[in-house]
Amino acid sequence: MSQHKITVKVNGETHTGEVEARTLLVHFIRENLSLTGTHIGCDTTSCGACTVQLNGSAVKSCTVFAVQADGGEVKTIEGMADNGTLHPLQEGFWEKHGLQCGYCTPGMIMSADHFLSKNPNPTEEEIREGISGNLCRCTGYNNIVSAIQYAAEKLNEKEVSE
Amino acid sequence: MIPGAFDYHRPTSLDEAVALLNEHGDNAKVLAGGQSLIPAMRFRLAIPEILIDINQVPGLDALAEENGHLKIGSLLRESALEDSDVVQKRYPMLADAAKVIADPLVRNLATVGGNIAHADPANDHPAVMLAFNATVVAQGPDGERIIPIDDFFVDLFETAMTPKEILKEIRIPAPQDGDGGAYFKIERKVGDYAISAVAVQLRMRGNTISEARVALTNVSPVPMRATDAEAALNGKEPTAEVLEAAGKAAAAQSEPSPDLRGTVEYKRDLTRVLTKRAVAKAVERAQA
Repeated sequence: MSQHKITVKVNGETHTGEVEARTLLVHFIRENLSLTGTHIGCDTTSCGACTVQLNGSAVKSCTVFAVQADGGEVKTIEGMADNGTLHPLQEGFWEKHGLQCGYCTPGMIMSADHFLSKNPNPTEEEIREGISGNLCRCTGYNNIVSAIQYAAEKLNEKEVSE
Repeated sequence: MIPGAFDYHRPTSLDEAVALLNEHGDNAKVLAGGQSLIPAMRFRLAIPEILIDINQVPGLDALAEENGHLKIGSLLRESALEDSDVVQKRYPMLADAAKVIADPLVRNLATVGGNIAHADPANDHPAVMLAFNATVVAQGPDGERIIPIDDFFVDLFETAMTPKEILKEIRIPAPQDGDGGAYFKIERKVGDYAISAVAVQLRMRGNTISEARVALTNVSPVPMRATDAEAALNGKEPTAEVLEAAGKAAAAQSEPSPDLRGTVEYKRDLTRVLTKRAVAKAVERAQA
C-alpha cells in the first residue's frame, strides 16, 4: 500500500498533502483541504454532485484517485467567485432559481462551466445534453437550464465589452 | 466505499509500463480513464494489488488517419471522439456511439482503449469495433502484436491479450466509396448501459449490400457479431423484407439475460427493431 506526497494546485493555490494511493480526489478535497463545497452524492459515478475540473476538464472526483492529480490543477466551486463577486453561473442559479435543496448545485456549476467553455452559445437541447451527467432531484431541470442560459448570455456580453 | 489498498505506479513511457506489467503480471491492473475500474474497485469487484497508471505515458492519445486506417491511441478520451471532425465526417458509426457512452463527465476521462480492454459486453465500443472489423495493437515484453477484433473478445471481461500486454492502439479501416454505418442504442436513462444496441457497418454496390457487419451490445455474455443477420443482408437490396429478416436473425442469434432492464423477449425484440433502424441508417449514409 503506497503512500504519496502530492502537490496539487487547487483554485490557484498550491497544496501539498500525503495520501494513500487509494484516497479518492473528492476525499482529498473535502477532508485534507476542507473544501466542502464539493459534495458526495451517489458514490457510484452516477450523480455528478462531486464534479470538479481537473486540468480544465469536468470530472467526477469520486472516480479519480487523488494521486492522479499530483502535479495537476483542480478547480472547485470555491474557485468560481472572484473576490466575493459571484461568477455569472452562480448569479444565474440565484436569479433563475436554479436550485432548491442545493446539493447538486456545485457539481452542476462546475460541469456547466466546462461545457460553456467548449460551447459558449448552446441551444437548450445542447445544455440539457451537456449537464446530463449531473442529477438534480428537486428542480425538474428547467430552472437550471435557464440559469445556464442566463450565464451564457452574461459571459458573452462580458466578452464583447472586454 | 473506499477501494482496497494497492501500490500505485506512474510510468512515463510505454516501455516502463510494460516492464512494470511484466514484473507484476496478474496482480496488476492498468489504470487508464478509470471510469470502469475505479467503481469496480470501490465495490471490491476488483482488488488489484498494483495499479499502473498510464495517463502520463506520452503518445497514446493519437486520433489520425494513416496508412488506410483511423488510428486511435488507447488513451484517447471518449470526449475527443465527439469533438473530432474526422470522426464526425468519415466514421459516423463511431460518432453515434461516442454520444451515447455513459455521460459527458465520464466521457471526459473514459478512454476508447479501456472500453475495449475491459471486454464488458455491456460497453459500447466492443460491438462498434466488431462491426468496423478493427484491429487491436497490443504491446508486450516482446514487442507489438496485432490482434484482429474477431479474435479479441474471448470471454466475459476477458480478452486475447496476456496479463503482460497493454493495449496500445486500435485501427479502424478507412471508409471506401459506398461505405456506411450506424450505431443505435436504447438505454433507460443517460449513463446506464444499453438495454440493447446494434452496430452496423456495410458497403453498398449500387442498390445491393455487398458486405455487412452487424454486432450487438449487452445482449450476450461476450461481445458478439450477429453473423446470421449479416448473411441475411449480404448480396441483397435493402428492402423492408430484407431488413426485417436481418432484424429477426439478429434477435434469434442474441443471447440476452433477463434483468432489471427487461425480459429476454423484450431484449430480443428491441434487438430486432434496432437492427432494422441501424441497417436503414447505414444504407442511407452509404448512399449519401
